[in-house]
Amino acid sequence: MSFKENILSSFMALENEVDTDSYVHGLRNEALDQFEKLGLPLRRDEAYKYTSLKSVFNKDYRLFPREEKNINYSDIKKYLIHQIDAYRVIFIDGVYSSHLSQTTHDTFDVCLMSSALNNKKYATVIENYYNKLAGKDSLSSLNTAFAREGAYIQIPKNTIATKPIEIVNFSTGSESAMMVQPRNLVVVGENAQVQIIERHQSLTKNDVLTNSVTEIFADKHALVDYYKIQNDNESASLIDHTSVQQQANSEVRLHTFSFGGALTRNNLNFVQQGEHCNSLLNGVTIIEGKQHVDHSTLVHHTAPNCESYQEYKQVFDDRAVGVFNGKVLVDKIAQKINAFQQNNNILVSDKATINAKPQLEIFADDVRCSHGCTIGQLDEDALFYMQSRGIGIKEARALLMFAFANSVLESVKIPEIKSRITKLIANKLKVNIGFDL
Amino acid sequence: MLHVKNVHATIDGKEILKGINLEVKPGEVHAIMGPNGSGKSTLANVIAGREEYEMTDGEIIMSDENIADLDPEERAHRGIFLSFQYPVEIPGVSVTNFMKAAINETRKAQGKDEMPAKDMLKLIREKSELLEIDRKFLSRSLNEGFSGGEKKRNEIFQMAMLEPKLSILDETDSGLDIDALRIVANGVNKLRSKDNATIVITHYQRLLDYIVPDFVHVLYKGRIVKSGGKELAHELEKRGYDWIKEEVEA
Repeated sequence: MSFKENILSSFMALENEVDTDSYVHGLRNEALDQFEKLGLPLRRDEAYKYTSLKSVFNKDYRLFPREEKNINYSDIKKYLIHQIDAYRVIFIDGVYSSHLSQTTHDTFDVCLMSSALNNKKYATVIENYYNKLAGKDSLSSLNTAFAREGAYIQIPKNTIATKPIEIVNFSTGSESAMMVQPRNLVVVGENAQVQIIERHQSLTKNDVLTNSVTEIFADKHALVDYYKIQNDNESASLIDHTSVQQQANSEVRLHTFSFGGALTRNNLNFVQQGEHCNSLLNGVTIIEGKQHVDHSTLVHHTAPNCESYQEYKQVFDDRAVGVFNGKVLVDKIAQKINAFQQNNNILVSDKATINAKPQLEIFADDVRCSHGCTIGQLDEDALFYMQSRGIGIKEARALLMFAFANSVLESVKIPEIKSRITKLIANKLKVNIGFDL
Repeated sequence: MLHVKNVHATIDGKEILKGINLEVKPGEVHAIMGPNGSGKSTLANVIAGREEYEMTDGEIIMSDENIADLDPEERAHRGIFLSFQYPVEIPGVSVTNFMKAAINETRKAQGKDEMPAKDMLKLIREKSELLEIDRKFLSRSLNEGFSGGEKKRNEIFQMAMLEPKLSILDETDSGLDIDALRIVANGVNKLRSKDNATIVITHYQRLLDYIVPDFVHVLYKGRIVKSGGKELAHELEKRGYDWIKEEVEA
């Protein structure tokens, strides 16, 4: 059965089962039509020129898990930022795990998408925000057609979420190959603040494909601090679509740490709709083997006097492939904006590849836009210098790579995340040195 | 301590060192002088283990062990230190953390535990005072944006931190004004002991007024063509290198 046939027959099964009379039901049908019309993205599509999804979609995925899996906290503790007190929304094979999660409805809502979709109390929010921002491309549409579960986060006006919120999607893959499609909605009210950590983690060697969609709305003066930790198994692929809409004076900071997975595609779209917005898109990629990481970012300036700042630092070893496709679009009305984009790459091996494609489309005439892209190797002189001081070659390389990525880590606001990322990098580079630089 | 025996070395197939012999004993200071392109820096790099230089013949014995096949870090762990003619800038790594990594990696290789943070701080304070280094300077990225003098002072600071058995100072005086030269030389002299040794590589006699050598060797066309006491340096200062060249050619 081809992927598309599988999708259509699975959709019929889903339709009979869920929310036949809800608002979302109508969206599902439209989205499926859209997916059918567009088909899977191909290399000849400009957006997927450097990332082939062929190997990802030629597997026979099961779209719904057969049974609910039980997992103990001790099995997954290491994947959580467990040193800090946090709200947690945890899914196992796309199914919510109540005993691993900690949700709240006290002064703000951290809960499941399924309960938000089925609860009248949230109907207005759902109708105002759900699927209003997500792209209409084929894979986002596929998610909209099938999405049943994910995190629902709503922070009302003038409220500060007191603890960070962790969204973790585990896959156990007792099924042969499995596809999950999480759907998150984050609505942050005027002058409200939230910190969110998102992770997708496979606990199996079986193939897992995650096609995830997250919509983030930041109202006036809101502050959203969002971290994506991507350090999955080599049998797990992730296609992520995250869209952010910002109103005046809001600040959204999004960090993506890509350290593993077979194929990772990050579609990150920001749209600034009010004046004095601030957007930060930072990323560190360190991959090896045959891993593939694609960052496709779009920052759309539709209002004057805003700022956007992108910094992606990437290291590729072996035959790893990277794509950085960063686009900044400045509307005619968006005068006096400041858009900055920086993409620095180190190719450790001769066989590694980076495809870098910065794009600026500027229709306003009084703006500051800059972009820089570099591709280089580790500095041999610096390596010898460090060795001559007693630092082994492996550690010297690690230290140089860490120093290279460090400017991005400096903007991480949660110390526990910074130290977690530091440890992940040390593990990844197989060195045992403290990078407390 | 160090015994360089008949060392030949090439870079990109070109022979630079053509049979160097040199013996350095604990407590001694040796100066290696010579005109440009005579192979002085090559010798320093070959002893420190730089890969680009291929040692085609000879032995380098350090404390009874042939180190010619060891990696640069292994040589450092055995007490060899090279002060670079052109110290490398390493953005993103502070001086302090670089030293922490260097000291702890060396201790690890020697089977010791990491140095406790408190001791490390004390050591840093003590050695930075010796080199008259401002503490603020230590949190800056290694060598990045440092002046010539700061870079060289930083090299000797690293040497003071690592307490090597054998220090090779490659053109440490180049780019130094007279005050910086005095501070650097003063640092080197304070670190001298009967158990360690120093090789000073220099163009000019000037540095040797401050760091007084026991032996002076003249390197020319990849060979040591003349050796003597400190008076040889004065003679070179007065007469230049031409008479040596003439002696060799004749």
